[in-house]
Amino acid sequence: MTEEKKLQNSEKIAGLNSEELFSSGHRACAGCGEALTLRHIMKAAGRNAIVVAATGCMEVVSTPFPQTAWGVPFIHVAFENIAAVASGIDSALKMQKKRQEINLLAIGGDGSSFDIGFGSLSGALERGHKFTYVCTDTEVYSNTGAQRSGATPFLANTTTSPAGKKIHGKIEPKKPLPLIVASHGIKYVATVSIANFFDLQNKMHKALAIDGPSFVIAYCPCPIGWQHDNSQTINLARLAVQTRVFPLYEIENGVLTFSQKIDEPKPLKDYFQLQGRFKHLSEEEIVQAQAYVNARYEFLLGIEGKKSFDVLY
Amino acid sequence: MKKIEESSIAVAIGAKLARVQVCPMYPITPSTHIQEQIAEFINNGELEAELINVESEHSALSACIGAAAAGSRAFTATSSQGFALMFEVLPITSGLRLPIVMAVANRSLSAPINIWNDHSDAVSARDQGWIQLYVESGQEALDATIQAFKIAEDKKVQLPVMVNLDGFSLTHVFEEIDIPEEKQVDSFLPAYKPEHFLDIKNPKTFGPIAFPDSFMEFKKMQQEAMLESLEIIKKTNSDFAKKFGRSYGNGLIELYRMNDAKFAVIAMGTACGTARVVVDELRAKGKKVGLIKLRCLRPMPVKDLQNATKNLKALAVIDRHVSLGFEGPLFSDLKSIAKENLKIIDFIAGLGGRDVSMKHIHRVFEEIQKAKPKGSWLL
Ligand SMILES: Cc1ncc(C[n+]2csc(CCOP(=O)(O)OP(=O)(O)O)c2C)c(N)n1
Ligand code: SF4
Ligand SMILES: [Mg+2]
Repeated sequence: MTEEKKLQNSEKIAGLNSEELFSSGHRACAGCGEALTLRHIMKAAGRNAIVVAATGCMEVVSTPFPQTAWGVPFIHVAFENIAAVASGIDSALKMQKKRQEINLLAIGGDGSSFDIGFGSLSGALERGHKFTYVCTDTEVYSNTGAQRSGATPFLANTTTSPAGKKIHGKIEPKKPLPLIVASHGIKYVATVSIANFFDLQNKMHKALAIDGPSFVIAYCPCPIGWQHDNSQTINLARLAVQTRVFPLYEIENGVLTFSQKIDEPKPLKDYFQLQGRFKHLSEEEIVQAQAYVNARYEFLLGIEGKKSFDVLY
Repeated sequence: MKKIEESSIAVAIGAKLARVQVCPMYPITPSTHIQEQIAEFINNGELEAELINVESEHSALSACIGAAAAGSRAFTATSSQGFALMFEVLPITSGLRLPIVMAVANRSLSAPINIWNDHSDAVSARDQGWIQLYVESGQEALDATIQAFKIAEDKKVQLPVMVNLDGFSLTHVFEEIDIPEEKQVDSFLPAYKPEHFLDIKNPKTFGPIAFPDSFMEFKKMQQEAMLESLEIIKKTNSDFAKKFGRSYGNGLIELYRMNDAKFAVIAMGTACGTARVVVDELRAKGKKVGLIKLRCLRPMPVKDLQNATKNLKALAVIDRHVSLGFEGPLFSDLKSIAKENLKIIDFIAGLGGRDVSMKHIHRVFEEIQKAKPKGSWLL
């Protein structure tokens, strides 16, 4: 059996949509975690979808005029307003009585979602539009040359938080966006990773079925920004889960459940050593970074299974 | 039906008669009455549309883009700082060729912060590919809102239109307004049926990245559409006149007592009303003076202006905005349009709500009749 056949069969077994609605031929770098994520997200979204994408790597690599990688209606407007554009589409579809038949997705990078488009995201969540917001998190502004974003982790070396002699990378921790989003009292928030394809599919289906806003954040290694070998993209996505750096969970109706509990986490070092962005760290700094990871995971353990966010709506 | 109404309300009535379907709104003085009235219409069930109370003007125009791209008629209103916050989205709207209509209650830009009228918000965006209409009365504001959709949605145009009305000095003024019949408006402006929209049966990509080998072609097409819209604006004005019995010059400019005029003033918006009275007073004394009301700033009605100014000795330009470090922008435009030997004199007036009074306009006419007239700021 050819590799391609094998893949097709395994997809069928899992009930995966074999259609490619984010097709190959786009111009993303080899080993791009974001492009892989979009491919799989679109399998869940299917043909009856409309996509709004933010300025960033994915929009740039997928729509070089006159070509397009998109098999569904697609619109790019700007960097910070996908949630607002989606709001307009949601309202128009409602007026046209077509709302129920269409999966509306707003897809933005971490820069778009954590930083410049945060107000637009928050506004659309508060207004309760029916759409699924997907944040493809590369932990850096990949498109403009790997500058720091609110999603960049503590001590990472980026082009605007360089590992200098005096200051060793980003001195702030990552903004806890999924929890902030959950605080809006929306019905569905999930974290996904391309290393866990089926989990990603299931969560996307759940997100798309919500009659209101839903939010999915995908962990997307970027070989250029993270300075890792492009063969290591899936491995890093998996290690991020196994080290508790990027825990997989869902917050449904305000209650958090882990999709995969990591009882015996791998040491952070295993994950760090594959990436140029952390290579400047001393042992002591790795211990400091580990403390952040532990504290955040413990916070999640603390709210797991409890009515935490549902009181907010 | 005739009714005493505020001009802001007239705009909202115009939008309602145009059967707008999605209205993303964010309040800012002096455009708030438009937004509030639209909200009332929708919440009272008088207008079947979706109101989106967005969290910023940037999002207001962005949501209009989403709605229009999805195939619905979209409308918003703003002013000043809100307009400035939208600026990024202005050229995107026109570049995407979406027929969105926006009412702009013209107001100064901060600092110092000031809520009153001048044209610095809209005029500083004159190069962003929007058709810009400037109106003089509440009636015209209503009529222009309906006309704006007709122009914007014309297959040859496919561009957004701004309906500019002076903040306070028009938005908050009451006058008798003739409200057209719904049925008549429906036959003038049929339902919006776009050729290209976000259609799951026929997927298309909107807003791609264009490299240097295609970007200029996109801009050239926009320029051609802008220039073609000159005829469409005129035709819309005359079609409107046939149906409703009202017209505004030829739709692009209006000439007031210009037949044998040797000295004229050109202005936009409410200053035209004041200038009309001054022209009448001077005409009564036998002076050959007139007024050119510029209704459409972009696209620029070059031929009409050349014709209108060809027999003049001097022309005064009333600019309610200044290109700091240079001169009034309308003045710059007129210099490049009019015949070479025409004396054109610039008057910067009415910034931040300073009255453009009859006294000012008299002074302007006195000045331009001198042998060596000089421009000034009408303080
Ligand atoms: C208003 C505005 N500011 C800045 C930019 C420049 N810019 C384009 S993409 C980008 C970064 C995108 O980062 P992210 O959202 O994380 O997406 P990625 O490229 O990483 O997928 C920036 C800063 C812009 N296009 N618009
Ligand atoms: S720079 Fe990073 S995010 Fe952008 S296409 Fe390349 S790998 Fe993907
Ligand atoms: Mg990124």
